[in-house]
Amino acid sequence: MPRPSKELMLQMYRKMMEIRQFEEAASELYQRGELPGFLHLYIGEEATAVGVCSNLNDDDYITSTHRGHGHFIAKGGKRDRMMAELFAKTTGYCKGKGGSMHIADVSLGILGANGVVGAGIPMANGAALSAKMQGTKKVAVAFFGDGATNQGVFHESLNLAAVWELPEILVCENNQYGMGTPQREHQKVTDISIRAESYGMPGIRVDGNNIFEVYDATYEAVERARNGGGPTLIDCNTYRFRGHHIGDPGTSYRDRTEVEEWQKRDPIAYLKKVLVEEESVAETDLEAIDQELRDDLEAAIDFARSSPSPRPEDALEDLYAGGIRP
Amino acid sequence: MSEERTLTLGGAIHEALHQEMERDSTVIIMGEDIVGGAGSDEPGAEDSWGGPMGITRGLVGKFGRERVRDTPISEAGFIGAAIGAAVTGLRPVAALMFVDFFGIPMDQIYNQGAKLRYMFGGKAKVPVVIRALIGAGVNAAAQHSQTLYSIFTHIPGLKVAVPSTPYDAKGLMCAAIRDDDPVFFLEHKTLLGQKGHVPEEPYIVPLGQALVRREGSDVTVVAIAKMVEVALAAAEELAAEGVNVEVVDPRTLSPLDTRTILESVEKTGRLIIVDEDTPRCSLATDIAALAADEAFYSLEAPIKRVTAPHTPVPFSPTLEAAYIPSKAQVAATIREVMSA
Repeated sequence: MPRPSKELMLQMYRKMMEIRQFEEAASELYQRGELPGFLHLYIGEEATAVGVCSNLNDDDYITSTHRGHGHFIAKGGKRDRMMAELFAKTTGYCKGKGGSMHIADVSLGILGANGVVGAGIPMANGAALSAKMQGTKKVAVAFFGDGATNQGVFHESLNLAAVWELPEILVCENNQYGMGTPQREHQKVTDISIRAESYGMPGIRVDGNNIFEVYDATYEAVERARNGGGPTLIDCNTYRFRGHHIGDPGTSYRDRTEVEEWQKRDPIAYLKKVLVEEESVAETDLEAIDQELRDDLEAAIDFARSSPSPRPEDALEDLYAGGIRP
Repeated sequence: MSEERTLTLGGAIHEALHQEMERDSTVIIMGEDIVGGAGSDEPGAEDSWGGPMGITRGLVGKFGRERVRDTPISEAGFIGAAIGAAVTGLRPVAALMFVDFFGIPMDQIYNQGAKLRYMFGGKAKVPVVIRALIGAGVNAAAQHSQTLYSIFTHIPGLKVAVPSTPYDAKGLMCAAIRDDDPVFFLEHKTLLGQKGHVPEEPYIVPLGQALVRREGSDVTVVAIAKMVEVALAAAEELAAEGVNVEVVDPRTLSPLDTRTILESVEKTGRLIIVDEDTPRCSLATDIAALAADEAFYSLEAPIKRVTAPHTPVPFSPTLEAAYIPSKAQVAATIREVMSA
């Protein structure tokens, strides 16, 4: 396994920081009443999205979840149009019709965040089937949480992906909780990757807060998928620093020391440490990146805030192809 | 010459699938047993089942196992895969077998496939066709006999086709496959063997265009799928009594050709809807409301609905016969509105 180059590590650092800043800003804007709807923050899980998507090409596919901002940015989504979607503006990726839970850009291979737990997994199978049948060498990644692995479609889709030998990577972001229910109370297994064996595909468990482990496992899985070797299940052991959604502080069902222990394993701090200690990157250089990204985010927020809202009559557009109105 | 060419309704669907697969290499078909465990992978090998009604039999020999795919019995899994494949460049035709099984993949149908385009601000297309068998009349009991088209018609983003003739079955299937939206294509199992004129060359029956099956001036009967032939038979009976019945076949329920229905009602002043579905929140009820809203001042009699009762489909042949709207019921209802 080639160790990622310093250049790639810096790129991964930028992406993770883009996500972290976006989430922190969204949280603040929501609390100030500027954003409508729901918000499920990805803070703490950035190494998973970035470690996986750093192995993907622009035209590979992903399906995402209700906690999807990280996947979206890692796959190439731009924060200005994302922020505009959260503000429900016409300049947003979905023209204000999707919002945080349905943000998508098919041209970037992002087949949507999803409001239904596990529902993206079968669609990732379909994207992988397209890739396979069209001989494109593209792969599809399905992101989902530990909670989704108890859904019927998870099991149906693993079986189908295996039996059809689809070029697909199934990535479980095992953040220990399905909403507020801890994993030990919703499933008997801890290591979800063992479920791969019963469907006839390889499975691997990695430390989801260690971007190198996520990157390496995905690298191998993507190679296998692109070369006709079929799907892989990766269980990324990680943690949601915030609550299930923004209205949930995440403190009533989680022990403070548990949260603090995981916060010590912050995936961005870990990569930063490696960059500084093993790759001789100056901390000031990383701070310069942070600042540049902060300025860029401020511009994104200004863009979103000043963009036009949809007109009421726009509600009737975009339902059917060819401009047919309901 | 081609006027004499006849096919069964099932044969017309087969021909549409065959021709569309020949025309467009992105068209694939999938479903439980649509090949049915062919014994050999050799080109031209015979499949065994070809779907429960044999409609896809022979396609695997022509197009191979990549494009003609048996699936596990995992409706949510493979319908979801069909939707994902549609968003990414294929045109899948997925067979749900009996429409009664829709509850299993419904999240993929109504929360995903139907909504993706809208939720994504119009920047996706979902050209998937979901085929399913509908209808009572073969003693298949409560879980293999429903029509249920009202459920799909209720969902914005879906289109729904309900052919009543072999000609329409082929044209609507070609249209459904070429359409960029998800289309439910519902095949009444008692009509599959019905024969009728079908041109050999591919053609389109546009989605959203009703057809006046029989012109008349006294009363409009809107009838869906199998009920079209019931309505036509009742119309014949009433003709002998001097009543001129117009029969309108919507052919697609979404989009619904409201104009053709309303024009007919405005002409005749009377409306009966014959619907094999259960009556609450149904097409019959919806079309009645449409006429009450938009053609009220043309009406000379109350709008009447002839539907199944609000029960599951019973198994007993006696009970099932009582369940399905009959020619006698339709004829009696026509007499009732004519005497109003």
